[in-house]
Amino acid sequence: MGDVLIFAEHQGGHFPKATLTAVHAGLDLAKKRGGKAIAVVAGDAPEAAAGEIAKYGVAKVIALAHPALKNYLADAHAQALAALAKKEGAEFIIATATAMGKDLFPRLAARLGAAMASEITAINDDGTFVRPTYAGNVMATVEIDGPIKVLTVRGTAFDAAKPGDSAAPVEKQNAEIDAGALKMEFVSFNATKSDRPQLTEARIIVSGGRGLKAAENFKTVLEPLVDELGAAMGASRAAVDAGFVPNDLQVGQTGKVVAPELYIAVGISGAIQHLAGMKDSKVICAINKDEEAPIFAVADYGLVADLFKAVPEMTEEIKKLKHS
Amino acid sequence: MKILVPIKRVPDPATTIRVLSDGSGIATDNVKWVINPFCEIAIEEALRIKEKQTGEVVLISVGQSTWQEQLRTGLAMGADRAILVKTDAALDSLAIARIIAKIAGDEKPELIILGKQAIDDDANQVGQMVAEVLGWPQATFASKVDITADKISVVREVDGGLETIAFKMPAVITSDLRLNEPRYASLPGIMKARKKELKEIAADSLGVDLAPKLKIKTLAAPPKRQGGRKIASAQEMVSLLHTEAKVI
Ligand SMILES: Cc1cc2nc3c(=O)[nH]c(=O)nc-3n(C[C@H](O)[C@H](O)[C@H](O)COP(=O)(O)OP(=O)(O)OC[C@H]3O[C@@H](n4cnc5c(N)ncnc54)[C@H](O)[C@@H]3O)c2cc1C
Repeated sequence: MGDVLIFAEHQGGHFPKATLTAVHAGLDLAKKRGGKAIAVVAGDAPEAAAGEIAKYGVAKVIALAHPALKNYLADAHAQALAALAKKEGAEFIIATATAMGKDLFPRLAARLGAAMASEITAINDDGTFVRPTYAGNVMATVEIDGPIKVLTVRGTAFDAAKPGDSAAPVEKQNAEIDAGALKMEFVSFNATKSDRPQLTEARIIVSGGRGLKAAENFKTVLEPLVDELGAAMGASRAAVDAGFVPNDLQVGQTGKVVAPELYIAVGISGAIQHLAGMKDSKVICAINKDEEAPIFAVADYGLVADLFKAVPEMTEEIKKLKHS
Repeated sequence: MKILVPIKRVPDPATTIRVLSDGSGIATDNVKWVINPFCEIAIEEALRIKEKQTGEVVLISVGQSTWQEQLRTGLAMGADRAILVKTDAALDSLAIARIIAKIAGDEKPELIILGKQAIDDDANQVGQMVAEVLGWPQATFASKVDITADKISVVREVDGGLETIAFKMPAVITSDLRLNEPRYASLPGIMKARKKELKEIAADSLGVDLAPKLKIKTLAAPPKRQGGRKIASAQEMVSLLHTEAKVI
């Protein structure tokens, strides 16, 4: 009872910060429920990555291997993890609500006949969990019944686990997969090319909205500020819909949820769906020419100005600061 | 091709949601109810596939009598018929997925298209659960769907880019925002919708385990962020971010 299986998502053997937040939450949950935290790394050859995550405070790491786990596909991964969760007698299985976690975990829950709480932001002492609903405008306290409980965590709500001096044992297991039941085929992955930090990893994010007016202006007006700050670039839905920037830069209720140390919103009005994705940032800064824009209500520092003038000025000022 | 489109009734996304003081629910007095925006995109995609290939688009909702309204709107957009699985109980995602899978067992669609998430509970679960209960392939967060003979290839919005996966039908797809732009119901569409079949089935007549395992204990408003301070110039902004907030 109380054992927690942590699905440690990796990107070619590397663990992004998002994964480490699930590790942190899993360790906390195991401690509160008096169980062990066990990490699982899946792949066709997951041993090296498993050795890496073993340093993060878990009791054991399972390197779950199978040729069908080479590229991520929901059906093979759900089969493998469900069989493992049963075999290990885990009470909880947890991952971060990344695109993969969101795709996989409901399928896994259904396979286990278990209920799932999505994107939890808190683990309460009384056995309940907190999760945001209605674009973060309503926080629901939920309880899960049943011998096994499935959870994803909102990455911004937990710290990243930190590596220690010792490493937990790594146990290699061959995944139980009925290959005849697999029906999905991986075709290709078209990565968004960028040298900038990822949105969910960045310390500073500069996001642009419809106010930027054209893709060209993201390049000439916003990007110099982004790069001067070493920041990640984000966008509102309106900017993505207009084709100014790639889809995976969308911040919000139905895009990425971020909480950097500094979030600068440029030409973004601050619709609730956008706020849902950034309002837990430590410091929020907004530039908008409309002083009534709702973004100002959540901004620590608001500048009512034309962005085409204010953004280059900020970029200049930061350059000066760096050279002083 | 027969396509099943499960849809949900939710508050209009522009509504300001208020929690009741006892934490038992949200205030519904000034709420305008609509089809969940992602479900609208799912309906649109189904209609476009049907328009290319012929076939039938069947809507399904699991909810109360009032949900007929949204089913009628979907019929007015062009869906052929609708099924309301009636229940007053608060079901969890797995129970809803089991109901949809059960109906799919009778209807035998080649495709089930759903919205990736409902904008009320933001759970993002039902499509994936339906796929597993049926043992079908799934493509969540779809931004492009290509159908050739009996094969489907789907471009998915994932972290760091776009992924393409492929599989044979029957299958489950969940829509992301940029899959398409849903049409509005036309006036003739609305007239026609009145005569289209809307069948009601009692949820507890289906022999599906409906007991919720995910229970909402209480709702609360999140802590409010204190903002609103205005700065005079870009220079002062940078200076404050450096000396006061110490983030640059
Ligand atoms: C189901 C659903 C899901 C959604 N999910 C998301 C989501 O995940 N993320 C998201 O962001 N949105 C989402 N939205 C959309 C959201 O409701 C808003 O439409 C969107 O965020 C608006 O983007 P925007 O602020 O860039 O555009 P607008 O609201 O048009 O705002 C543009 C702003 O730019 C300012 N501006 C214009 N020119 C200048 C200038 N020269 N200088 C300074 N300021 C200027 C204007 O004053 C205005 O405030 C969703 C909506 C729905 C229905």
